[in-house]
Amino acid sequence: MRRTFLGMPATAPRGVGHLRGEEPFPAAARRGLADPQLRRNLGHATTTIRAKSGAVIGELPDWQALREAGAAIKTDVLARLPELLEQLEVAVTAAGGIVHWAADAVEANRIVTELVAATGSDRVIKVKSMATQEIGLNEALEAAGISAVETDLAELIVQLGEDRPSHILVPAIHRNRAEIREIFLQAMPGVDPSLTDDPPALAAAARRFLRETFLTTRVAVSGANFAVAETGTLAVVESEGNGRMCLTLPETLITVMGVEKVVPTWRDLEVFLQLLPRSSTGERMNPYTSMWSGVTPGDGPQAFHLVLLDNGRSAVLADEVGRQALRCIRCSACLNVCPVYERAGGHAYGSVYPGPIGAVLSPQLTGVEENASLPYASTLCGACYDACPVKINIPELLVHLRDRAPHPKAEAAAMAAAAYVMDRPALYAAAQRAARLSRFAGRRGRGLPPPLSGWTIGRDLPQPPEHTFREWWAQR
Amino acid sequence: MSGREEVLARLRAARGAPPRVPAEAPRDYRPAGGDADLDLLVDRLTDYRATVHRCAEPEVAEVVDAVLGGRRVVVPRGLPERWLPASVTAVTDDDLSTAEVAAADGVVTAAAVAVAETGTIVLDGTPDQGRRVITLLPDVHICVLRSEQVVAGVPDAVARLDPRRPLTWISGPSATSDIELNRVEGVHGPRNLHVVLLTS
Repeated sequence: MRRTFLGMPATAPRGVGHLRGEEPFPAAARRGLADPQLRRNLGHATTTIRAKSGAVIGELPDWQALREAGAAIKTDVLARLPELLEQLEVAVTAAGGIVHWAADAVEANRIVTELVAATGSDRVIKVKSMATQEIGLNEALEAAGISAVETDLAELIVQLGEDRPSHILVPAIHRNRAEIREIFLQAMPGVDPSLTDDPPALAAAARRFLRETFLTTRVAVSGANFAVAETGTLAVVESEGNGRMCLTLPETLITVMGVEKVVPTWRDLEVFLQLLPRSSTGERMNPYTSMWSGVTPGDGPQAFHLVLLDNGRSAVLADEVGRQALRCIRCSACLNVCPVYERAGGHAYGSVYPGPIGAVLSPQLTGVEENASLPYASTLCGACYDACPVKINIPELLVHLRDRAPHPKAEAAAMAAAAYVMDRPALYAAAQRAARLSRFAGRRGRGLPPPLSGWTIGRDLPQPPEHTFREWWAQR
Repeated sequence: MSGREEVLARLRAARGAPPRVPAEAPRDYRPAGGDADLDLLVDRLTDYRATVHRCAEPEVAEVVDAVLGGRRVVVPRGLPERWLPASVTAVTDDDLSTAEVAAADGVVTAAAVAVAETGTIVLDGTPDQGRRVITLLPDVHICVLRSEQVVAGVPDAVARLDPRRPLTWISGPSATSDIELNRVEGVHGPRNLHVVLLTS
């Protein structure tokens, strides 16, 4: 049905990666809503993070100016994306790195698998990375006999629990401490059976479990938060030190990065290093940020590969309204303020990108017809727009995508019928009188018959008035 | 068509006509050049559970003795010897193996820059700071900071640093927010960060 033309913007291919859910949002959300533990965990976590983030953002008198700068820098990046990527390639290569280009998930997985295989290692350690989750890299590596060890605590909880991530920043946000303890006791080799659910004890268990793996694995795979075109500098922002381990200890480092992560100049990082930590974990600065340019002789990995990933981003860029979603720096502030995310949970969105940003990014990466329910997974309250550090107008995008999403035939027929009736005053008056009769008909269920019942599943049918305006006017 | 040509062609087609002149981003936020407030730095560091010691340069060895006396300590090649007390077993990093670094109890380094507003210390791999691995594996990191290395905000630090060097920005000890979004100190990096701020 869909054809891809060489050199033309293309959406992410089917059958690989994690951008499409198995069921539409309303069906998946119903399961999340029915899980009281999930709602308690999410309510607690998002309330905590909103308070922390609000407090440290309030400390900066120039927060709005930083947002303006962040949005403008990213808009400039999108306008000059091909040129900036070529500049980045030159700078990374000059610093001793090797740059690879992947048009989609299949190519990226193949490139990384071949690079790992060439080292002879059958295991990689991984820093949490949205891009590699998006393309399903772990599954591709497993299929080639290479085990991928997630080293971020939340990713480890998800991996050991054979679970799916539900938040961009904290993939195990749907788990509380007692559940995490259970997962560790059941799935972590060599765990102390007297482990408590005290968070420091849980963190210490992860430290012990991963230590030997860090010291003996020769290849690491990371994502990137930023890449500076002018200097070839890559940046990874993290908390635990697992990122530093992966970026420092192995002989070979492979970084997979969405093309939109490039920024023009070194100075631009002064903006994003202020915006990102305060918006994401609600800290003045995250515990660790690592920056490197290519290879440093005698310090860290001596082989560095950078994989630049399209996988649908060109299709997003092709939509002049929709492209602003590519400004996203993956802070997850929009998730933490969203009333729909807080109640439905991240799994309901079906994609690795949940919440408001997921509702506008996933349908654009896959083509809106393959995630057609996501643009409706919102009340359009606008909290996400206010929270976004790069000012992505998510409500505007949602409406834009609703317009582009396929609409049911019944809706088009109903709208055409309404337009016909409203064009004809006599018919309109008759229709209004008929609507009044429905007060008696609709009393039992307050719903409409099929195919219009879809509209009234989640809404009450409004009560028609006793008199129409025209009748009241005539009798006045 | 190679992957490179394919990706670039797609992005060119999607982007449309390139801008004639690059857009200039508005930078109305606070620029570099503000006053560095040492007390603010101490407050921020303490807030992230780093331990701060303020002393004169000749007293550094006493602080190191109090924290790591009797222990095995990795030191970068360029670290001033006067900072080390006789009570520690100093192992200079002459290309130590990872296992040797991991076996040490602590590490003492200098720093490149510190940001008062965020409580951040940046290491840039010069000889008094050494390779990245030595400040990663030992469980105690003592970092000696001169007051003129402290800057007001993030823009000042970015202006001072050389992006071609490997940089590590450190804000408190290793931590995670992954359990119920509360910050818990102590995961994979050093669980104890001591900052020795030299009074001039």
